[in-house]
Amino acid sequence: MADNGLLESVLQHVEKVDDGVDSQAVAISLGLDHQTVVGAVKSLQALGDVILAEQRTSKHWELTGEGADIAERGSHEARVFGAIPKDGLLQTELMKLPSGRVGFSKAMSSKWIRMDKGHEGGPRVFRMVETIEDVVRQKLLLVRQGKSAELEEKDKNELKKRKLLTEVTVKSYWITKGGSFSTSITKQETELTAEMISSGSWRDKKFKLYNFDALGMALDCGHLHPLMKVRTQFRQIFLEMGFTEMPTNNFIESSFWNFDSLFQPQQHPARDQHDTFFLSDPALAHEFPQDYLEKVKKVHTEGGYGSQGYKYDWKLEEARKNVLRTHTTAVSARMLYRLAQQEEFTPVKYFSIDRVFRNETLDATHLAEFHQIEGVVADYGLTLGDLMGVLHQFFTKLGLKKWVEVGNSGIFRPEMLLPMGLPEGVTVIAWGLSLERPTMIKYGINNIRELVGHKVNLQMVYDSPLCRLDS
Amino acid sequence: TMSLTSFASSLDWSSMRSLTCRCLCVCPNRALTPRYRRVCPSGNPHRLIITEETVAVRPHAVAAVLRNIAFTQERYDSFIELQEKLHQNVCRKRALVAIGTHDLDTISGVFTYTAKPPGDILFKPLNQTKEYTAIKLMSLYKSDSHLRHYLHIIEDKPVFPVIYDSNGIVLSMPPIINGDHSKITLNTKNVFIECTGTDLTKAKTVLDIIVTMFSEYCKEPFTVEEVEVVYPDGKTLIYPELAYRTETITADFINKAVGINESAESVAQMLTRMCLRSEVMGDHIQVEIPPTRSDVIHACDIMEDAAIAYGFNNIIHTTPHTYTVSNQLPLNKLTELLRHDLAASGFTEALTFALCSQEDIADKLGKNITDIEAVHIANPKTAEFQVARTTLLPGLLKTVGANKKMPLPLKLFEISDVVLKDESKDVGARNNRRLCAIFYNKTPGFEVIHGLLDRIMQLLEVKPGQGEGYRIQSASDATYFPGRCAEIFVRDKSIGRLGVLHPDVISRFEITMPCSALDIDIEHFL
Repeated sequence: MADNGLLESVLQHVEKVDDGVDSQAVAISLGLDHQTVVGAVKSLQALGDVILAEQRTSKHWELTGEGADIAERGSHEARVFGAIPKDGLLQTELMKLPSGRVGFSKAMSSKWIRMDKGHEGGPRVFRMVETIEDVVRQKLLLVRQGKSAELEEKDKNELKKRKLLTEVTVKSYWITKGGSFSTSITKQETELTAEMISSGSWRDKKFKLYNFDALGMALDCGHLHPLMKVRTQFRQIFLEMGFTEMPTNNFIESSFWNFDSLFQPQQHPARDQHDTFFLSDPALAHEFPQDYLEKVKKVHTEGGYGSQGYKYDWKLEEARKNVLRTHTTAVSARMLYRLAQQEEFTPVKYFSIDRVFRNETLDATHLAEFHQIEGVVADYGLTLGDLMGVLHQFFTKLGLKKWVEVGNSGIFRPEMLLPMGLPEGVTVIAWGLSLERPTMIKYGINNIRELVGHKVNLQMVYDSPLCRLDS
Repeated sequence: TMSLTSFASSLDWSSMRSLTCRCLCVCPNRALTPRYRRVCPSGNPHRLIITEETVAVRPHAVAAVLRNIAFTQERYDSFIELQEKLHQNVCRKRALVAIGTHDLDTISGVFTYTAKPPGDILFKPLNQTKEYTAIKLMSLYKSDSHLRHYLHIIEDKPVFPVIYDSNGIVLSMPPIINGDHSKITLNTKNVFIECTGTDLTKAKTVLDIIVTMFSEYCKEPFTVEEVEVVYPDGKTLIYPELAYRTETITADFINKAVGINESAESVAQMLTRMCLRSEVMGDHIQVEIPPTRSDVIHACDIMEDAAIAYGFNNIIHTTPHTYTVSNQLPLNKLTELLRHDLAASGFTEALTFALCSQEDIADKLGKNITDIEAVHIANPKTAEFQVARTTLLPGLLKTVGANKKMPLPLKLFEISDVVLKDESKDVGARNNRRLCAIFYNKTPGFEVIHGLLDRIMQLLEVKPGQGEGYRIQSASDATYFPGRCAEIFVRDKSIGRLGVLHPDVISRFEITMPCSALDIDIEHFL
């Protein structure tokens, strides 16, 4: 901040005038550089209402380097005149002088000198008049004295053309007295303190103004992961719709529950090494509900329950193979089996949101692990119309109407439900989608690796907004 | 419209649907629905004899003849294309079934399907100029971009499947390549089709598909000439089956399942349009399922077709009247509550991979893999998928490693499942819900991590102290800096550890600053 002494000098200056004063005038009057005065004005402004400073631009004329030289030593043409003695000067000699070339033609056109071309010994230059008035020098001197206003515009422009003058834009301030004008500077406080509050001394202090254009301090806070934020929202919606959460805390599943119980045949491509992760340890599952397993075997090989079946050799060895589950539908199967063991059937609505694994080719939008969202409704007499209705309701609640096309959905087959022991009139509808896709769309992320896994962009996690799905 | 796929139903069936049903398109009326017939030739039918050598390698074969067929370039191309499509999906890339088609006039029956040592099989294969033994062909085709994918199906077998005609000409060596001698051209009039494989049902299905699709171009359209197949035990079966079967349903069944209200006549009409010829019989509807629709194996498939014919967009949306009260899974409820309070404590949530390398959970943590009860994956494509994680710590440390430019301190947490071997479970493994947090900074910040533990205990209403409370006790663990590791006991049970990480662990994860960690099992608090 500018020196208090300087500030007070400026204030005193302002006090003297009735109206206001230009900062340039202050600079001249105090014999200071204009920029110093500008600095002082800015400091005074920060103090509050002491002065009012209105920005102004003005132009004024200044001598160029050459112009200053001429103002000092006279114009080239005057110097040429001065260099010519009574009996004239050889032109060649004249041309050798520093101002010679430039000044010669001007002096000629001003009719200060004449040239005798035919003179013996060579062309000779003579004075034509006794004395001259170095008008150019006089004009420049006026400008140097700050009296450029006394010159006519056309003169100034002429000199500008000759590169002796330039027009300079100056930003200055028109300073007037402010509401709390005083010629003395009181010290500025930055912040309120407890002492000031208790003593009341804050009333007598001046406080520095705040810069409201800058941002506040970056807080040191914790953050939730965006994918998990979206998961929380989906979970909330299911709960609001009366769905109960399934226990999906088992990544390892037997082929039996993951495929066979869902009526997926053993030679199906998805059970290929290429799509599914098989385990080497523990390689095989060792416990199954035996009666149910026999029924599953039968429906695959021979059919039954109104079905032709697949008519192939179903192998226990294949069903025992452990996998990293490829869908959470395996859990839905376990839950429906458990439901079927109840004495009496009760309708249910289940959901789950958890991790599944696919041994697929990886790219910008696919990883080996992702999260599947699944909803299941089991009741008597459910229809396709009900499935479509639930889907629309679900996606509308999310504000993702057009996603109805995108999710997988359907009705579980009787070959799956009847061997479990579920009553014949019970229909089970189900649907699902991935959690990652809506999250990437909502948070504008193109590469799934920036969202899931250790290569996450932590700054993105810090900056990610609330997950508000209804908007 | 929404596409209805029987949930978790295979690619297999839906792809077959699109090949048959949609290919043959919707049948506008009953009169135009083709009726496929298997016919007897005037003389003896052709015979295909299966010898017992095939049992060891590729036991099943079926065959049929298309008589007086007229090929155009277009029909020929689509004939080849259909075989390829079937090979790729239904036939499981020729492993389950392979199709061979031959110009019948270039060969003479009786045909024999047998298996021979590869050195004994000699023939000129399709598009080659000279004869090769099967051994030579296996190495020749290793560089063939198309055929090399099928070699594995037979290459390690002591005998290879091969079909001969009565003159010893090789028709084909399934599933690899046909013989050049019997190749089909635009001039071919009579076609001998054979399907061999490991799944008889599939082979029959595939044969039915081909003959139904191309019998249209026979002089007597939609007829297929039968072939007798003789099994090693002498049993004789006639192919193709071209079976039509009938299912009886009611309009009520369809209406109730779809959520519509159509008359029996209307339902019968809708099904007929979908190539399932139907007729009202009293209060039932008799639905005929043609050989082209072997994907229809249950009445629910008929219902699906009815819904498609009705138009999904025309079905009124209703909501199930199922009244239920929701319940959260207690473990997840606890996790949700803790997550929020951990963030409130200034930590940032990470979400790391459940699969990782063996090194990540053992060597890098100063442990030996043989001491860790981890689940191992049989077919990992890279080292990143060797095991399922047994601890959340490597994932968090890798997250730090990938975010080196972030300002310090880095305070990360994750509450998620790890996988542990467990013989008491039916599959031999279980998940375990754990909470892991790390503090990574210029100073290790043990007091911060300890403070976090105190805060978590406070939230879970566990007081510090012996007996009913929690306490920490010095422990020795290769993952942690000696003297700066403690085991955490809640009600005298160990729930995990906390401490300053060992510098070697830091270096192995390619990070540079000191780091403290907390790693506990939260299932104890259910």
